[in-house]
Amino acid sequence: MSNDTKTPASAPIPAVDPRLLQREAGLQGYVNEFVRKVRGGDIGSLPVVIGLIVIWLTFGLSNSQYFAPSTATYIAYWMPGVGLLAVGLVFVLLLGEIDLSVGSVSGLSAAVYAVLAVTHGLNPWLAVFTTILTGAAIGALHGWIFAKIGVPAFIVTLAGFLVWQGVMLWVLGSTGTINLTDVGLNHFLSGNSYVLNGDVSGGYILAVLAVASMAYGSFGEQARRRKAGVPFKPTSELLIRVGLVAVGAFVAAYVLNQDRGVPDAQVMFLALLIICDFVLRRTSFGRKIFAVGGNIEASRRAGISVAAIRISVFSISGAFAALGGLTIAAETGAASQSGSDPNNLMMAIAAAVIGGTSLFGGRGRVWSAFLGMLVISSIQYGLNMESLNQDVEYMIMGVVLLAAVIVDSLARRTQKSSGRG
Amino acid sequence: MTSAPVLALRGVSKRFGAVQALTDVELEVHAGEVVALVGDNGAGKSTLVKTIAGVHPIDEGQIEWEGRPVSIHRPQDAQHLGVATVYQDLALCDNLDVVNNLFLGRELKRRGTLDEVAMEQKARELLSTLSIRIPSVRIPIASLSGGQRQVVAIARSLIGDPKVVILDEPTAALGVEQTAQVLDLVERLRERNLGVILISHNMADVRAVADTVAVLRLGKNNGTFPVQQTTQETIIAAITGATDNAVTRRAARTTEVAQ
Repeated sequence: MSNDTKTPASAPIPAVDPRLLQREAGLQGYVNEFVRKVRGGDIGSLPVVIGLIVIWLTFGLSNSQYFAPSTATYIAYWMPGVGLLAVGLVFVLLLGEIDLSVGSVSGLSAAVYAVLAVTHGLNPWLAVFTTILTGAAIGALHGWIFAKIGVPAFIVTLAGFLVWQGVMLWVLGSTGTINLTDVGLNHFLSGNSYVLNGDVSGGYILAVLAVASMAYGSFGEQARRRKAGVPFKPTSELLIRVGLVAVGAFVAAYVLNQDRGVPDAQVMFLALLIICDFVLRRTSFGRKIFAVGGNIEASRRAGISVAAIRISVFSISGAFAALGGLTIAAETGAASQSGSDPNNLMMAIAAAVIGGTSLFGGRGRVWSAFLGMLVISSIQYGLNMESLNQDVEYMIMGVVLLAAVIVDSLARRTQKSSGRG
Repeated sequence: MTSAPVLALRGVSKRFGAVQALTDVELEVHAGEVVALVGDNGAGKSTLVKTIAGVHPIDEGQIEWEGRPVSIHRPQDAQHLGVATVYQDLALCDNLDVVNNLFLGRELKRRGTLDEVAMEQKARELLSTLSIRIPSVRIPIASLSGGQRQVVAIARSLIGDPKVVILDEPTAALGVEQTAQVLDLVERLRERNLGVILISHNMADVRAVADTVAVLRLGKNNGTFPVQQTTQETIIAAITGATDNAVTRRAARTTEVAQ
């Protein structure tokens, strides 16, 4: 340090320490950096991708029907319901908290929608709006009790789990089941609605849009960073990333087109994922969520209102639970007493964690809801195909959830020991 | 130090219930001056700092900012004036990277969204003018050593362009090399014409960077010394109260009688 500090101000020392392991140029540099990251516990989506390949191969080899396009349609169609619950949970998990009420809130929301739209004949879109508002208000109530009174979120939402299930049964009344009419958002989310009526071009248009906007975004940022003189990702890396997404998007579009096309529910799910990803990574609100999940005291001193963030995050979780409930009801065509099935809650938590969002707060992405649901739906469909009983299915899902949490815990420990946690 | 002090405390008292934490304390900080605030545990250093930072409003006395009397009731008041405080527990988010921590709560925006490029650019400028060396501005705080975290925390306090920076025991938990880095940084703060209040128990650190040493003892001023012309023994005597013993009292009495 003795000589360095005497450097005249005209030649400032670069902020980057030369001792840092820099990535070497070229493809070899990628591989090396990737291996180093994995060793350091920064595993990202790696376990999910490996898991998916193993799952697909296992089921595909035991039953060739598994690779039929109808599998993809089934998965794409059933993913969004529970997936939306998982999106809301990702927000809560980022704070390092848990919301056990999402399953019950989703069931209640479906019941509220059915009573408003079917029994009372309210405008279906107004009913949707009211339902989502109800979910957000319930979430805000949980958040308020947690943030202002100081009851642990686990307990507040466990109470909510019971209370809202009871309210759902009360709202549904003696009949227990209300069949939904195929109108409004319900039609859009149901099994009869595909992009461009299932025309072949629909899937490809979506794939082109996705790839083009991703390429525009990443190369635009590269240009801005280059202009500002800060480090930017090399063109080769961006091309590889965009290329991988392009392959995934077009393969998915091709396979879905073999069957009935891209379900509109899936399109809504993806659009919401993109919006949430943007909110979390590009807005100061999202930054505050990560900050509160990382260090509450530091956030408070930085002028962040921790209570406001907590309440709004639980409110977001409630709103997504409501939307998820509407989607699940649309998938089955009715709001019923099984709407608040606790399995939906467990699968939503499992999806978020399997996808790579940490249970310990401050680390995760909304895309983990998508990846996790892809894993869970793939397993479920495979098990259904093998016509295994519920008992085996529960056991396997439980083991998968535990495995995901073990991976999360191990990754966290490795990150700590290699100074990246 | 000819100009008016940027921050001055005049006869400040603070009481917590039955405890008189501060009594008639005087303190002056000029621009481009490092004032070391020293004293034993319980001498009132932390309380004094917290009154300046707005955590505890003062009971009596006056705080002057650039010659004008001001009132500081809340932390925001102090921040608004231009007082930045780096507390002992650093208050950084482990999961966020250096840039995000530097701008936490003060993010730069472009069309309503975070302007990561501008923040990264500004962060690099700031870190390089302070000659702070860290592996990368885009790695999580968790990956940094204790000394690097301390310099990031100090750099963070400069984002809001403060005029006075308060450092609460910045070298307490650091090794030799890391302490040297932090002390270098304190000198650079002085070069930027900031007033620095440095709380420390380490006399070597104090003598290395401070211009003035203000000693607190039992909530009262116990002398303010220019570092260059004062021996370490004198300062330690003031801290421990060794100046107040039987011999000195007798000496004082003799002078009184002589008068």
